[in-house]
This record gives sequence, C-alpha cells and structure tokens, in this order.
Amino acid sequence: MNHPIVRAEHVVKTFGETKALDDVSLSFEPGIIYGLLGPNGAGKTTLIRILTTLIRPDSGSAWVDGVDVLDDPRTARTHMGLAGQFAAVDDYLTGRENVEMVGRLYNLSAAEARRRATEVLDRIDLNGAADRTVRTYSGGMRRRLDLAASMVGRPRVLFLDEPTTGIDPRSRVDIWDLIRDLVDDGTTILMTTQYLDEADQLAARIGVIDHGHLIAEGTPEELKDRLGGSVVEVIVPDPDRETTVALLSKINEHAATFDAASKRITLPAPRGAETLMATARSLDGAGITPNDITLRRPTLDDVFLAYTGKSVEEEPSTSTSKRRRRRGQ
Amino acid sequence: MTTATTTPATPARMSFSHTVKDTLVITRRNLLRNIRLPQLLIFATVQPIMFLLLFNYVFGGAIGLAIPPAAGGNYLNWLVPGLLIQVAAFGAGQTALGLTEDLSNGVIDRFRSLPMARSAVLAGRTLSDLVRNAFVIGLMVTVGFLLGFRYQTSFLGLIAGLAVAGIFAYGLSWVMALIGLAVKNPEAAQSAVFLPVFPLVFASSVFVPTQTMPSWLQAFADNQPITITTNAIRGLVLGQGALPAGDTVAGQVTLALAWAIGILIVFAPLAVRAYRRATG
Repeated sequence: MNHPIVRAEHVVKTFGETKALDDVSLSFEPGIIYGLLGPNGAGKTTLIRILTTLIRPDSGSAWVDGVDVLDDPRTARTHMGLAGQFAAVDDYLTGRENVEMVGRLYNLSAAEARRRATEVLDRIDLNGAADRTVRTYSGGMRRRLDLAASMVGRPRVLFLDEPTTGIDPRSRVDIWDLIRDLVDDGTTILMTTQYLDEADQLAARIGVIDHGHLIAEGTPEELKDRLGGSVVEVIVPDPDRETTVALLSKINEHAATFDAASKRITLPAPRGAETLMATARSLDGAGITPNDITLRRPTLDDVFLAYTGKSVEEEPSTSTSKRRRRRGQ
Repeated sequence: MTTATTTPATPARMSFSHTVKDTLVITRRNLLRNIRLPQLLIFATVQPIMFLLLFNYVFGGAIGLAIPPAAGGNYLNWLVPGLLIQVAAFGAGQTALGLTEDLSNGVIDRFRSLPMARSAVLAGRTLSDLVRNAFVIGLMVTVGFLLGFRYQTSFLGLIAGLAVAGIFAYGLSWVMALIGLAVKNPEAAQSAVFLPVFPLVFASSVFVPTQTMPSWLQAFADNQPITITTNAIRGLVLGQGALPAGDTVAGQVTLALAWAIGILIVFAPLAVRAYRRATG
C-alpha cells in the first residue's frame, strides 16, 4: 500500500455525556473511495468534521495528505475539499458565482477561478443553469453545485458527508457518476453514507461505524466473505421466533440474529448448503414450520446486522447535525 | 499561481493582502445577496422611513415645544440626526441575522474548511453591513430633505455627522456578530439583537431631549453611547446650540469616536474568538 492519504489514530470526541467517537483509527491509500457506513448518530459526521479541521478531537491524531490537521490546519485545508450534509451554496448567487467565490477563497487568481469554475460547471452538467441564481435549482442540482464548489480548488482529498441523502434516485445516480469520475482523475474521496447500496456501488473500502466505534473494515467483498460467503435466512411465525434464534445459534460458531424490520432471522453460513440442511433439520426436529427459508449471498446489511445486532437503516435519527434546516428537497 | 495544477497554491501563513482579498470576496458575496433579495433592502429602508414619518407627524407637534432653538424651530431637524443612529443601531442587527443564516446553512462550515483567512468571514460581513447601512442612512437623509429637514451648519458638517453614524454602526456590528455567534439560530437572533438595542435607543436623546426624563433615567441616558453619538451628530449638523449646556461639539465627537473604537476593540476579538469556537 502507498503511504496513507488519510489517517486517523485513536480519535476520541465527546459531546457532553455522549461519546461521539471512541478510539477510532483508520487509514487508507490514495486514489480510492473510502465509504464510512453507519446509521444516524454513529459518529460519521463528527469524524469528517475533525478531519476537515472544523472541530478538534479530545485526543488522538489525524493526517490528511501527510499534513497533521491538528498541528497545521491551515496547510491541511489547502489539500482538502468538503461538501457537507446540506448543500452549502448561496441561494442568491448564481451557480457560477458560487463556484468562483470558493475558487477565490482557495486563493486562485480571479482569472484562474473563472477558468476553473467553467471547467467544473461543465462537468456537473447544470443544463445551462450556471448563470441562474441557485434559488431556482432543484435539490439534485444544488448538491451537484456543492460538489463542484468543493472540487474547484483541485483538492487531493474530498470529504463528502452523505452526498445523496434526501435527493431523488435519478439525481443520486448522477452524483454517483460524478464521484466515480473524480476518482478516475486521481482524487481521493472519503464519503459517509447510511445507504448500503451506495457504499457497495462506490466504495473500494468500507468502514462500518456504530456508536462511535469502527467495528469492521475492508473491501465490500472482504466484509461479506467474513460472514462466510453465504447467509441462511428464515422467516417463522412470531411465537416460534425465540426458539428458532436459539436453535440456529447452535448450528455453527456464528450467532443468529433477528431483524425486527424485515422479520427475518439470519445466520452466517460458511458451509453453505450444509448449513441450510442443518437449519431445516433442526427446525423440523423442534416441530417448527418456517414460512420461508433461503440461502443467499450476504449483503452489507447482513454485515451490519452481524456486527451490531441491528439493521443499518432502522436506527432512529439522533444525529445533532440533523437539527439543521433541510434544504433543497 | 496561474500554473496551479496539482500543488495547492496557498502558503501556510496568511499574508495581509490575502486577508484583504478574502474579506473583499466575502463582502461582495454578502452585497450581491442584498441586491438579489430586494425584500431585504425594502424592509431595511421602509422601517426607518416609517419611523421618520410617524415621529415627525405624530409626536413632532408635542415634542417640538421642548427642543432647543438650534433646531430652527423644526422637530424634523432635531429628529433626523437622531434617527440616523436609530437606523444604524437597528441595521447593525442584520450582522447577527446574516451570520446565523450562514451558520445554519452550513456555509460557515464550508468557509472554515477552506484555506482562507479566518477573520475574513466576520470582516467581510461587517464591511458589507456597513455599506448597506450607509446606503440606508443616505436614503433616510434624502427623504428627510424632501420632508423639510435642513442642516443648520454646513454640508461638511452633515457629511461628518453621517461619518460618525457610520463608524458607530460599524462598531455595533461587531457586538451583533458576537450575539449572532452566541445564539446561533436565526429565529433567536431576531429577538436577541433587539434586547440591547431597544432600551439604548429609547432611553436616549434620539427622539426627545433627556431633560424631561426622571433623574435616574436621565443619568443613564446622558452617559450611554447612543446619546453621546446622537449629540455628536446633532452638534455637527445643527451646531453647538443643539447640545446640552456645557458640552462642545468637538468634545462630543471625540467622546463618540472613543465609544465606537472602544466597542470595536472589545467586541471584535470576542467575536473572532466566538467564530473560532462556533461549531455550528
């Protein structure tokens, strides 16, 4: 592996009683998309805010592109771009003015900022709306503009905090394409998401974060393989649920988990069909007739379920940053 | 810098010219907002003109009897210099509102993640508010002229008076910046800014001479910055006779400037510190 371009070591951050980040360490190589996956309030935004110099951790260290963000935040800022959770674009400026302004604040000359603005605006495809005020933009256009602004200074690392939250599926795919393009050009991206398919589609490496802990890390395939390649999924009538979870947990070294949202009981099944047969026999022996029983490839949701005991998308919204007004939706 | 391709162009240390450039970029952005959002400017101008009309025509007759002869027997001449300060004080509240909006929209987060001068956001905000305030003050005086306001000294005296109002408004903007950064949310800022402004504007010589107030209130009113600044402007616009006995125009102007600069020296560092700490 090359020298890591983003590195965090033993980062701890507490807000009042809440430990937002509890000894988080991660690092990854340049030129990839690193996906930080976790439910609301897991600590994703806090980690981004620390890496982008917006807040300081209680303890720990962090480097971006080799620059210590705590010792030398000023230099670190010249290496990074940030697109926060809510498109930080000015409604009463045109798209072009927004991007040019950020270019100027990256210390580009007026002429260079103009040139770069045209470049990035062409890229995000605003359909000729670049010279209209942002207030006329759709939610997806605002997000794309926000991305354009974050890349105008040619940062080596882009931090994207939930870049597709709250926008329509069509715009979501546009933003995915844009993110892929950026990485093809050599930009490194750290993005947070609460969508499993998004992490699966985009990220070369994924960190699963929950309650301020980084609980699993690896490529999407590695994470799924760690569950043993397959998963047995069973749906049983409600009265049999507890018995079934207990029975299944005895089949191999893994514990079975029940997901309340989908009513499914899942068990990692490294030995595939053999585990499926064992499950069927075990249920039969206990006189339980399942409504459904399948063997399938694990998803990231199974990964999350296996590590946290709950589904990633069912967590209630607790993130403090959600206080902010949602805009452009 | 024009060849910046992969290497970032910004040195670690902020030069003075860099800070000035960043400040002007932010100032321009805030002013564009004022132009593009005409409601902002309309309300900012309608309110003072309404005050001017109400006070002149509703209270003018009654209050007119109590004003010094230096006003030329016209309450409007007494009122306009006072209203300049009222407008400046209310207008400074916009600094808090603008900042809280930027905070809640994530704009400040973006600024804080950029390699720009830390002081530029506040400096640009207060500077653009000064420009806006100067525009509103100018408009006020123009409407005043149409209604019959006449300076009793010289045109230069009037200009000097407007300058004093502008400097005071600028100092006050930094107080408002601190309030905005402390309350953080636009709705709360809306009422928080009026808390200090209302009593200071009304318990002052802005609308009426302080002599008619109860003595305890008069003691406060005579020595607070809004009265002192109002008196300084009246001295410059109407002449020595408009001032309470014993005060000189030069003395009042010096005192007013000292207040404005004092406020700036105290509140600018506090606001910058609050900005550094504001985590949105």
